[in-house]
Amino acid sequence: MSTKTVEINVGDIGARGAEASANADSEKMALNVGPSHPTTHGVLRLMMDLDGDVITRCEPVLGYLHRGDEKIAENMTYNQFVPYTDRLDYLAPLANNVAYAIAVEKLTGIELPERCLSIRVLVCELARISSHLLGMGVFGMDAGAWTPFMYTFTEREKLYTLFEELTGARFTTSYTRIGGVARDVPDGWLDRVTHFCENLPKAIDEVEKLLTRNRIFLDRTEGIGEVSKEDALAYGFTGPNLRASGIDLDLRKDKPYSGYEKYEFDVPIGTRGDCYDRYLVRIEEVRQSLRIIKQVIDDFPPGLWYSEDAKKIFAPPKEKILTSMEELIQNFMIVTEGPQIPAGEVYFEAENPKGALGFYIVSKGGGVPYRLKIRAPSFCNLSILEKMVPGHMLSDITVILGSLDFVMGECDR
Amino acid sequence: MIDLDFTESLLKHFTHVTKRHHDDCLTLDCGESDVNKLFLHLRDEETFDLLVDLTAIDHGETAEFRFSVVSHLYSRIHRDYLRIHSICEDNESPKFPSVSSIFPAANWHEREAFDMFGIHFSDHPNLKRILMWDEYPYYPLRKDFPLAGIETPLPAADVAEVTNASVDPAPMMGGPFVASSDGTMSESEPRAKDESWTEESEKPS
Repeated sequence: MSTKTVEINVGDIGARGAEASANADSEKMALNVGPSHPTTHGVLRLMMDLDGDVITRCEPVLGYLHRGDEKIAENMTYNQFVPYTDRLDYLAPLANNVAYAIAVEKLTGIELPERCLSIRVLVCELARISSHLLGMGVFGMDAGAWTPFMYTFTEREKLYTLFEELTGARFTTSYTRIGGVARDVPDGWLDRVTHFCENLPKAIDEVEKLLTRNRIFLDRTEGIGEVSKEDALAYGFTGPNLRASGIDLDLRKDKPYSGYEKYEFDVPIGTRGDCYDRYLVRIEEVRQSLRIIKQVIDDFPPGLWYSEDAKKIFAPPKEKILTSMEELIQNFMIVTEGPQIPAGEVYFEAENPKGALGFYIVSKGGGVPYRLKIRAPSFCNLSILEKMVPGHMLSDITVILGSLDFVMGECDR
Repeated sequence: MIDLDFTESLLKHFTHVTKRHHDDCLTLDCGESDVNKLFLHLRDEETFDLLVDLTAIDHGETAEFRFSVVSHLYSRIHRDYLRIHSICEDNESPKFPSVSSIFPAANWHEREAFDMFGIHFSDHPNLKRILMWDEYPYYPLRKDFPLAGIETPLPAADVAEVTNASVDPAPMMGGPFVASSDGTMSESEPRAKDESWTEESEKPS
């Protein structure tokens, strides 16, 4: 009896792809994954052709979470849309709120006080930590390591308690307003953030001990899902995924907003652009976020948490609305007519945990946007699947999807 | 930041491209026929190698040119965005040249613009709906498409046959309660856009 052994070089995707298509005469199997499947982290559906265990074609099907956020935005005032931004990347709602608010503020030219900018940087970085903690934990689980997930979720839970104290909600925070934030930080909250940040590195170290040099984890992730620099740019990668491919693009450094230029931090970049690099970049980003948070808290400016210039945009304080005629009228106008935004167009991108979240707003004046386009990083980061996946084994799919760290709520909008 | 020299040399190179007033980033108007050449030039000669966004705008049924396509490019050298507006000349069946051969990232963005606005991107490798299902008959982000949606057959014909179900418009309960941006104050109070039916009174058929 003769057996034929086909050796597959794990490192060389191109060769595997060529081998896969050379065997085209053998019978292929069509496999459908999703839209409801634990691998796909939401409702992504993949239609694949398999040749044995090797994937020869992968077609992502989207839209199962399409809610028409852009259409909804055209039918409500600027302020009313803030809660909808929570539901884009629902793992980092605070960062989405900030990105949207800055986009609208750029249209109006409001200047924000220092304290407000610092609060925004602080919540953005906390959101990044929370999103990366989930990303790393779930990625480990995708590769078969259950324990790290427990460590990261314990820490994430502590963060959510902090979010709840600040915003009143754990998940859908709706914290920023156009022209400021909803409320000042509570007494003692900054100390509790500091306490959390002091303890987080221990947990990250534990996760690293479990994963970073773990033989099984390395075998599952190294050389898998490699994306070259050229491909990463051509397919519109942004965020940690782009940086893992070795491209040094971080909007916090390159086009600083909300006062990021004041803080010192490093931008980690990868070399190979494989699943392992994407994991390493996220781990390091958490540590860098902690550095930023420490600097923000050490130099936390006094003052107001909203812009006083934003008279026709930001609602006045509640006690003034209830006691003063002028503020009552002002509040009434903001609620009925919406914040008055001048005509024009603006495109703003913020460096969110998943990548660059962009808002393109066309205003014809008044309180309602004429067109609002959401540039969702998860959407752009997924379009490479069709090119990247063929040639990989079926079992690599879980790792590849986990390493891209996407959220379907944002992808489908 | 993009400087004036860059803008001038670009405009000299492309005589049909014009600059328009802009507040946040350099904004150009470019005709359909020049789009591919301009994008190729920007990518290869001017370091605008990241297409971050491509979308469309519906200027309303009464506009002279109803649809335009807007793209945003980013340059890591200039550290700035560049916006390109292009109008679609045909209002009835809008067409636009696909740039997905230059920027593969445009592939999905163009599919989305086709899905939402019905703009046909010529030479697109796989132009089909991306967010709505393939058989969906309308273009939801057009201004004449109602917010609640339109009754549509269920995508799964076999299920529809058994259940007699269809995709129904959202029950708006008289909403959305939205202020209009113009008119006197008494008229711009939040009011239901469709007041003909509420929770108590049936929707007129």
